[in-house]
Amino acid sequence: MAAHESRLHIPPSPARPGEPPDFSYLKTSPAGSVPRPEITAPLVTIEPLASEMVRVLDDAGTAIGPWNPHLDPEDLQVGLRHMVLTRRFDDRMLRIQRQGRITFYLKSSGEEAVSVAGAMALRPDDMLFPSYRNQGLYIARGRSLVDLMCQCLSNTRDMCKGRQMPVLYHWGSGNIFSISGNLATQFPQAVGWAMAAALKGEDRLASSWIGEGATAEADFHHALTFAAVYQAPVILNVVNNQWAISTSQKIAGGELSTFAARGPGYGIPGIRVDGNDFLAVYAVMQWAAERARRGNGPTLIEHVTYRASAHSTSDDPSRYRPQEEGRAWPLGDPIARLERHLEVLGAWSADRQDRLEKELDAHIVECWREAATYGTPSEGPSLDPMTLFEDVFKEMPKSLARQRDELKALLGG
Amino acid sequence: MPQMNLVQAVNSALDVMLGRDPSVVVMGEDVGYFGGVFRCTEGLQRKYGEHRVIDTPIAEGGIVAAAIGMGVNGLRPVAEIQFADYVYPAFDQIVSELARLRYRTAGEFSAAVTVRMPCGGGIRGGQTHSQSPEGIFTHVCGIKVVMPSNPYDAKGLLVSSIEDDDPVIFFEPKRIYNGPFDGDWHKPAVPWSTHSKGDVPAGHYTVPLCRAEIVRTGADVTILAYGTMVHVAEAAVRLAGVDAEIIDLRTLVPLDTDTMCSSVCKTGRCVIVHEATRFSGFGAELSATVQEECFWHLLAPIQRVTGWDTPYPHAFEWEYFPGPARIAAAIKTVMEAS
Ligand SMILES: Cc1ncc(C[n+]2csc(CCOP(=O)(O)OP(=O)(O)O)c2C)c(N)n1
Repeated sequence: MAAHESRLHIPPSPARPGEPPDFSYLKTSPAGSVPRPEITAPLVTIEPLASEMVRVLDDAGTAIGPWNPHLDPEDLQVGLRHMVLTRRFDDRMLRIQRQGRITFYLKSSGEEAVSVAGAMALRPDDMLFPSYRNQGLYIARGRSLVDLMCQCLSNTRDMCKGRQMPVLYHWGSGNIFSISGNLATQFPQAVGWAMAAALKGEDRLASSWIGEGATAEADFHHALTFAAVYQAPVILNVVNNQWAISTSQKIAGGELSTFAARGPGYGIPGIRVDGNDFLAVYAVMQWAAERARRGNGPTLIEHVTYRASAHSTSDDPSRYRPQEEGRAWPLGDPIARLERHLEVLGAWSADRQDRLEKELDAHIVECWREAATYGTPSEGPSLDPMTLFEDVFKEMPKSLARQRDELKALLGG
Repeated sequence: MPQMNLVQAVNSALDVMLGRDPSVVVMGEDVGYFGGVFRCTEGLQRKYGEHRVIDTPIAEGGIVAAAIGMGVNGLRPVAEIQFADYVYPAFDQIVSELARLRYRTAGEFSAAVTVRMPCGGGIRGGQTHSQSPEGIFTHVCGIKVVMPSNPYDAKGLLVSSIEDDDPVIFFEPKRIYNGPFDGDWHKPAVPWSTHSKGDVPAGHYTVPLCRAEIVRTGADVTILAYGTMVHVAEAAVRLAGVDAEIIDLRTLVPLDTDTMCSSVCKTGRCVIVHEATRFSGFGAELSATVQEECFWHLLAPIQRVTGWDTPYPHAFEWEYFPGPARIAAAIKTVMEAS
């Protein structure tokens, strides 16, 4: 049973450390080349979009083709601001983790357009079911950085009361669901939320995001089946950032087909989009939202992007991919590309970019200073350990109250 | 003799078995090229090839289901679940299929699958990287459940698990991967090289699946523990200053009731410790067994020291963790009761 006799197909290995980066597998379409179907178009006319790639920005930074959402420069500037804030916030929190002041962190660098353009294309009362790499949704919806930082600190202002690892936020009034550490669970839950919205006759939709790696979980199949059967008003987003920790998107089933192409098999339109093209992401999200609102059912969107940083603070990507791979990524950087486009429109400059970064950095520092006053591991106030026993049930059962009292006695209170 | 930490011991067991038995395959998320997020499979794909050390899609249900199919077709798969907290998508495949295959086919079909998974807390991993779900699996008839407390046992028990023709759930307490953590998190970490059970033979050997080990002999009280809690119990005994007998169960199913009950009959007192939550935890089974077998010898009610009945928190990990102080208090309680 030696390996050379085996007929088992193992997907080809991606470029590994020491090898030149290789993105020859990545199929793209020229900007502006993919048609934009009517939202009522039959599935067969939409099907080619699952293997093409919707792109609006060309290499020169001009917006072209039928998917151009024709956003005002002011809106684009807002989008740029959210993306830059997301990136600088991530960078700052990573440094804070390295200093040992939070236990863990996970960046979304390189993928900011997916979340920011997505949130901007939806309405504030649409319900979002994110994965752990969608911090841009929080930023675009205006959650204060202080609140996010307090969650990462598990301090006295932590929305989770110390119950969750850093970045696993939630925001009830902002219509963003709790992030789970267990992959893929949010995907079918978003479908259920959307089914309830339809059942209640509400004009709201749900949108969920999942990594391409996590699409292998059965929950992905549950989501697509339920969404299709009930024609739920939901947008199902696969964020294909090429990597799931150390395994390439081929191990998730991306070798012979796209992730968008999963949709048509279930009767759901699947659209593949350049995830680093702010305008294209916005346009496709808008198209899917309109379909959902008009009662035309779910859409599956594959956002093709690149995880520019480590998976999290727990791993070192130089062990499994070439260090220079990020630079070879054919779809560039979402922030640089939007900047370029704004420059082409005459609505941006290097100077303004510089001022924006400085302003946002100062804001982040200010927020951290405030967050720290609500407690850090080494100083300031801390949560009451007795909160440990709250919220297991709505009312604390007697048996649990006894355990709480036991701990209280042990801690000398 | 080579010194190994628990990660290296697991790696060595897999290496030995891949080398000896061509039907052994290792599979799981990130286990191949990367060598696993805890590095338990480091170097194995390079040595045995991509066809025997297989990177899988992220789908625990798929991993266990495929392992069952491979097992039915004569392979001996060793599947890794990246964290025990992520085993639940595989629950149906384990409970309804893996555990019952032999029974429902009157022995015509079976799958010799070993499912490894890191478990336990103490690494600031919050509720999705800290759980101890062993009690959920000990309640299922037809699977063996193992949890080592040191590198020597880890290797010997894992070899036995892979060689066993029945399915085995093999829990690896991740807090002791690198050293025998005794619950005192203020102290600097101690490496396995300072512990006699860090001496691990390089080749093939087994530790049987059904035998507990007395890690400290004593006359006054029996402490039943497994995994990380064996070391925490040792610290608690030093703290309490009592002549305690500590039993490392090693295999939870099948359980070595002889070793544990003859000890309790001797000491007349029993303290049970585990990291997992208390209600319907494995401690309840141990307590019932001790009561049934040793009732007339007991001098005091049996005590359980466990995680609180809440999800595993991120803050207050050490208030949650059943550390030496809580165990010492329970020892005191049983000593004073008689
Ligand atoms: C059910 C479950 N299995 C395994 C894990 C461990 N895990 C965390 S992130 C991750 C990789 C996910 O990759 P992908 O879905 O592509 O998302 P990305 O991290 O690239 O954004 C794995 C295997 C988990 N959190 N939950």
